[in-house]
Amino acid sequence: MGFKDFCFKKSLWLFHFGGASCNNCDIEILDCLTSRYDVERFGMKLVGSPRHADVLLVNGSINKRDKKRLLEVYNQLAKPVLVVAIGACGCTGGIFAEGITFAGPVDKIIPVDVYIPGCPPKPEAILAGIVKLLNKK
Amino acid sequence: MNEKKVIPIGPYHPLQEEPELFKLYCEGEIVKDVKWETGYNHRGIEKLSESKSFDQSFFLVERICGICSTSHPFAFANAMEEIADVEVPDRAKYIRSIIGELERIHSHLLWVGLAGHFLGYDTVFMWAWKYREPVLDLFEMISGNRNSYAMFKIGGVRRDIENAKIAKIRGVLDLVKKKTDLLTGAIMDDPVIHARTKGVGILSKQDIMDYCAVGPTARASGVDIDVRRDDPHAAYPLVDWKVITAQGGDVFAKAEVRLLEMYESIKIIDQCLKGLEKEKEGKIEVVVKNIPAGIGTGHYEAPRGEVFHFVKTIGTNSPARHKIRAPSYVNIATFKKSCVGQTISDAAISLAAVDPCYCCTERMAAVYDYGSGERMMNGIELVEKSKRRTEEIRRNY
Ligand code: SF4
Repeated sequence: MGFKDFCFKKSLWLFHFGGASCNNCDIEILDCLTSRYDVERFGMKLVGSPRHADVLLVNGSINKRDKKRLLEVYNQLAKPVLVVAIGACGCTGGIFAEGITFAGPVDKIIPVDVYIPGCPPKPEAILAGIVKLLNKK
Repeated sequence: MNEKKVIPIGPYHPLQEEPELFKLYCEGEIVKDVKWETGYNHRGIEKLSESKSFDQSFFLVERICGICSTSHPFAFANAMEEIADVEVPDRAKYIRSIIGELERIHSHLLWVGLAGHFLGYDTVFMWAWKYREPVLDLFEMISGNRNSYAMFKIGGVRRDIENAKIAKIRGVLDLVKKKTDLLTGAIMDDPVIHARTKGVGILSKQDIMDYCAVGPTARASGVDIDVRRDDPHAAYPLVDWKVITAQGGDVFAKAEVRLLEMYESIKIIDQCLKGLEKEKEGKIEVVVKNIPAGIGTGHYEAPRGEVFHFVKTIGTNSPARHKIRAPSYVNIATFKKSCVGQTISDAAISLAAVDPCYCCTERMAAVYDYGSGERMMNGIELVEKSKRRTEEIRRNY
């Protein structure tokens, strides 16, 4: 077992960064954590500080103001870390890609491991994405 | 002991229309001043809208706020229909109101859950979010998506609610009503919640007038405004319902208004479904070919208050100017009144009461500013503090 496998073997802790989004993706992420989908049974939970996280969930288009902060958060994360871009906005910028404040989709700013498209992706899709991520790494 | 603290809340909290950074300036336990910064969520929607056709703009305004993803298209449709001077068919009116009210139910349930979370009642959080799911399932059945329903268009709605689906909707409403009873009981009769919310974050009628606050925030202070009644549109004049107000102006009154509004929404939907049964299926839109040059305004009572859209057209197929005012924008300013003078542990719930719903879990790490000696506290500490206070009160009961 390599070092990376060892790091992601058990309970993944998530840090959620919501960029300039419409909040639907954020809410679907929270939905994953509440009763019906309940990812906490796999030991996944949201943590308050990026320093504690194994996975960074990014959703929403990134605007000029967020860009600096996203980088800052990414630099604070303890590596190795997995980055998940959630929603059409996270993957490509979605409907806001032509906006005047748009500063590039997530993968132009930090490396992304998994893209979960959808507007918003259903909680099932988010779970499926994370499972894929775990199998792939 | 009078260490001067700055408590930043935000900027990234997912449950608000615009992520914002709040700074609470505190002396000891008492909040002395509140400041906020906006712009973290600026996407340039008004400008983007000018580059989209009218039909595309509906998808864009829907994505202003995910929780109110019917309210903005509702107001935009009202504005466009004022310009085009069309009257939508009755069936479309009923469908519009049904979608709008279902959204109110899911949004209020979401708020109840979060308010519970901020007070340290995670059971209420989990319950409320669990009973929100059947409502989202209804949306999925009607529109194919759990959020962002894309139901609106100029002159009507995009999809019909077939009469065969009505029984299912009624079933879910019954369930939601039962669960609302449960939540109302859990909140209204709990002495600890009374102690935590009564007399906290009071906004007087005058404050509401001064800050032009809208929605449940205003209604909880006895200001009787509701766009659905004051400017009748869609099916609201066709059904029987009443505007809920409360007098207290505190957090408890806001919770009361929201919980009782859910019953009104259920009542409205029920009557709209009866209306649907009488109408012929399929007549859900009038075709609008041309949008003349003109100016239109539209508003709608979103779960958080009045949404206002102004559209100017010049005869082309996209808006020449599109101005949007969302309710949180005005409601947030009331923090200056509701938080100042409170303790820090009450500030968390006073902020949440307006329903900008900042979520606690993803704040920045705590930072010490050595230059000015200001200690910064993060959102988690703030929520912890609030929970500790509930714990203390609970012990004393
Ligand atoms: S992908 Fe869609 S639902 Fe998600 S933040 Fe973007 S616009 Fe909102």
